[in-house]
Amino acid sequence: MIKAPFSDDQLESVMGNLLRIGVLLAAAVVAAGGIFYLVQHHSEPVDYSHFQSEPAPLKNIPGIIHETAALHSTGIIQLGLLLLIATPILRVLCAVFGFGLERDFLYTIVSLIVLAVLFYSLFGHAM
Amino acid sequence: MHIHTLEFTTLLWFGALLAGFLGALTGLGGGVVIVPLLALGFKVDIRYAIGTSLVSVIATSSGSAAAYVKEGFSNIRIGMFLEIATTVGALLGAFLASRISTSTIAVIFGCVLLYSAALSRKSRPMHEADQAPNKLASILRMNGSYPGPNGEIPYHVSRVPLGFGLMVGAGTLSGLLGIGSGAVKVLAMDLAMKMPFKVSTTTSNFMIGVTAAASAGVYLSRGYIDPALAMPVMLGVLAGSLTGAKVLVRARVPALRIVFAIVIAALGIEMIYNGITGTL
Repeated sequence: MIKAPFSDDQLESVMGNLLRIGVLLAAAVVAAGGIFYLVQHHSEPVDYSHFQSEPAPLKNIPGIIHETAALHSTGIIQLGLLLLIATPILRVLCAVFGFGLERDFLYTIVSLIVLAVLFYSLFGHAM
Repeated sequence: MHIHTLEFTTLLWFGALLAGFLGALTGLGGGVVIVPLLALGFKVDIRYAIGTSLVSVIATSSGSAAAYVKEGFSNIRIGMFLEIATTVGALLGAFLASRISTSTIAVIFGCVLLYSAALSRKSRPMHEADQAPNKLASILRMNGSYPGPNGEIPYHVSRVPLGFGLMVGAGTLSGLLGIGSGAVKVLAMDLAMKMPFKVSTTTSNFMIGVTAAASAGVYLSRGYIDPALAMPVMLGVLAGSLTGAKVLVRARVPALRIVFAIVIAALGIEMIYNGITGTL
């Protein structure tokens, strides 16, 4: 058997570090947006007892990017949360390439199926 | 009672910090108490509570992944294969969440809390003895080994279809309730597939983040994820769970585990009660 140029252990190590960096980056963006948010809204009353859904721009990726570009604090927090949601997706993407490098085609396809489900969730239903 | 954003955010952050810390320290996960904390403690609508909890579940899973990888126990093939089941289940759960009444969700949530509390009282089954090779598991190259005191310990995986089916259920609960469903995932791997518990625990953590990400997209597009709620909860749970994991390294905390299990059970009863009386 030809030795694969890439092993499961290396793959896991790369993925673990990638996730940690992704989470810390997401937390930094959320915290920055959060400080900004508290400065602007600290003394407003709070009521979350009635669900009324989020405003439209905070519910989809183009809207969130637009809100961030406009330097709205809620948009920046939402961008950080998007980065957070992206970390496990990146992990699966990394597995697709990793298994590909290991020449493990069965698991390259398995990873691609998982990736397709994740993409469907994030992009599949404009509402 | 009227409280202002600054107090509210600070209280939420501390609550989430404590939940993350205790969850990591006891191994019961912090995500499972975030929804009752928000819904019962802070009178937040359960849909916002679920969206917020889901975000904190991803943070905990991804944040602790690096530590788990160092241990070298997780089986990424089993994890990836079962993620087909959990992500499809998670999508199903997220779609169900908008079609089931909030009081029904509260009752289901309460039952899951009671189950998690009950499970923590039982000792985990030990499958240190290797299983007979299973044909499907061999085709899927799921068998592996993990480091033991006297070198690598090989293991074989059994009942793959049953494990896969249970994982669809775990994913559905995760998507419906915004939790990691670690307890159900570990059950599927421990009991059905007879994996060694060290491997099932770390593989479960590997899967939780990906499963949660599958319903997060649906939740975001439905407006369940509120930035002002998610911000303190995500930061608090992340800080708490990372600290808890550091403290955990050598400590065994059976007494704390029992106390936390009782808290979870009590929250479960309160969720069921509030669900039935229709106040959630």
